[in-house]
Amino acid sequence: MNIKLIASIAKSLLVARWKQTLVAAVGVTFSITMFIALLSFMAGLNELLDGIMLNRTPHVRLYNEVAASKMQPIQKAHSNQNSYDFIRSIKPKHKVLVLRNSKAIMTALRKDNRVSGVAPKIMTQVFYNVGAVDLMGTIDGIEVEQESKLFLYKDYVTAGNYLDLKNVANSIILGKGLADKLLADIGDNVQVTTSKGERVSLKVVGYFESGILELDKVHSNCSIETTQKLLGESNTYITDIQIKLKDMALAPQLSKEYSQLFEVEAIDIQAANAQFETGSSIRTLISYAVGVTLLIVAGFGIYNILNMMIYEKIESIAILKATGFSGSDVNAIFIIIALSIGIFGGALGLLFGFGLSAIIDQIPFLTASLPSLKTYPVSYNLKYYVIACLFSIVTTYFAGYFPARKASKVDPVIIIRGK
Amino acid sequence: MSDTILEARKINKNFNDPVKVKVLTDINFSIAKGEFVALTGKSGCGKSTLLYILSTMDTDYEGELLIDEISMVEKKEAELAKVRNEKIGFVFQFHYLLDEFTVLKNVMLPGLKLGAFSEKQVEARAMEKLKILDIDKLAMKKANQLSGGEKQRVAIARAIINDPDIIMGDEPTGNLDKKNSDIVFDLFKKLAEELKQTLLIVTHDQSFADRTHRIITMADGKIIKT
Repeated sequence: MNIKLIASIAKSLLVARWKQTLVAAVGVTFSITMFIALLSFMAGLNELLDGIMLNRTPHVRLYNEVAASKMQPIQKAHSNQNSYDFIRSIKPKHKVLVLRNSKAIMTALRKDNRVSGVAPKIMTQVFYNVGAVDLMGTIDGIEVEQESKLFLYKDYVTAGNYLDLKNVANSIILGKGLADKLLADIGDNVQVTTSKGERVSLKVVGYFESGILELDKVHSNCSIETTQKLLGESNTYITDIQIKLKDMALAPQLSKEYSQLFEVEAIDIQAANAQFETGSSIRTLISYAVGVTLLIVAGFGIYNILNMMIYEKIESIAILKATGFSGSDVNAIFIIIALSIGIFGGALGLLFGFGLSAIIDQIPFLTASLPSLKTYPVSYNLKYYVIACLFSIVTTYFAGYFPARKASKVDPVIIIRGK
Repeated sequence: MSDTILEARKINKNFNDPVKVKVLTDINFSIAKGEFVALTGKSGCGKSTLLYILSTMDTDYEGELLIDEISMVEKKEAELAKVRNEKIGFVFQFHYLLDEFTVLKNVMLPGLKLGAFSEKQVEARAMEKLKILDIDKLAMKKANQLSGGEKQRVAIARAIINDPDIIMGDEPTGNLDKKNSDIVFDLFKKLAEELKQTLLIVTHDQSFADRTHRIITMADGKIIKT
């Protein structure tokens, strides 16, 4: 088959009907543009929403929990006998929440090449004292640099400098909602009462807004050292170790492994936040469905135009066949027409899609719950461009396939004699 | 006679829709190289049907067809297309030129499809054929800018671009006035006598037939005189 000849015939048929061709190509361009803009926007939104929870959630969290012993003393004593023990009214024993040997655990984790980062944390409950009122709340002691690196802490600090938490002694960053309730400005001191009854004064160095309003009303952060001081504990006191993995999918498996290895409780992100993934996957599915529908509609446009072209050009097809072009040559001519509409329209669509995404990216979008957000979120993932490109080629191929097959089956005798 | 270029052996054809009608019965004849043959008969006697079978475009028949002593039965569609491209030139009642192309490109198309020569060579050959037919001045015009007679001459040029073994014509002068008919006939005659081109022309124009070298007459699907 002489590709150059076939292509030149396809080209002149295209040029001869350039208006129709343009309409078909514009259809493809439009659908690809919308496909890209829609998916980029949706993906941007997904990343943002997931980020609110998932970015701040460790992939695996190691901690201790107040719980009843799984092995009661009497079971140990009876372990070799064929007997049942009936124990009633089991109570959890007093167990300190401190992670023992935390320094060694963190050193071991940092050496594990599946782990991308480790951040210690102390969770504690306090009362914030404002005048005669005590507000219940929580303080997390964090290592602010690690927390920023792994969980983007600094993005949520909307006022003040997050590093002051480390640099200023006895400092605190309050949740925005809590700060409003306490009427505390940056530079003010707030009083907190610890669970052990000690009253401490802390200097406010910033506010954070997590995007989860209820959390911001009760929560604040101190440095690890300040929290240890607050609780009157030694500098080895840590209640949680947060682990970020290189591959999030490994979390359930590694959580079990660490739990056994370090003899602590461990929870993975999938167990803790299963609903988030469901949400994003359904949103993605819907945007794909809309995008593919647009493309299929454009495909029908191409199908129609090719069909019309074949009716108009049926004599030319007949004479081509009479003078020695085979069915597969004719087939190739129309497939080339369809594909060039698809590739041309698709390529423009990719450009316009990128342009439209960039425009959406500039539209201001301010919301109280998401302080780090200034404009609509848009993802520029190359994946969507590749998918759109493949889709445009596949749809136009199929839109061309049926008319082309019809053209290839034209019987020259009927056309020529019918005149 | 010299060697045969086209031979029909016991060709039979039926139309089955709506009722079975026998259109061709036991067609046997052969055409030798260099002959200028007219196939005549009354309307509906089956001469066009026979021509389309001989041209390999219609494959729904019984019997055997040999072109250049090779049987066309059992050949696949693409192979038949190749035979038509290489060995047969067509001139129809209607010119069937492609309006999108220039006259030159129209003539070149079957040559380019054959692929035996480079594009430059095919172009030179096409110009040469146009010159033989005395229409080389029209080469760069679009096909739809020509008159009926000119178009038919371009169609003849297209038919001879690959130096076919045989040219088949289906009422090639049927759409033309007397003057243009004469021009086209003279061209055929020139091809036959000067270039030893084999021609098989279906016509019901008796005066056209009389001027050829040999007349095959058909009636009711049978050959009554060869």
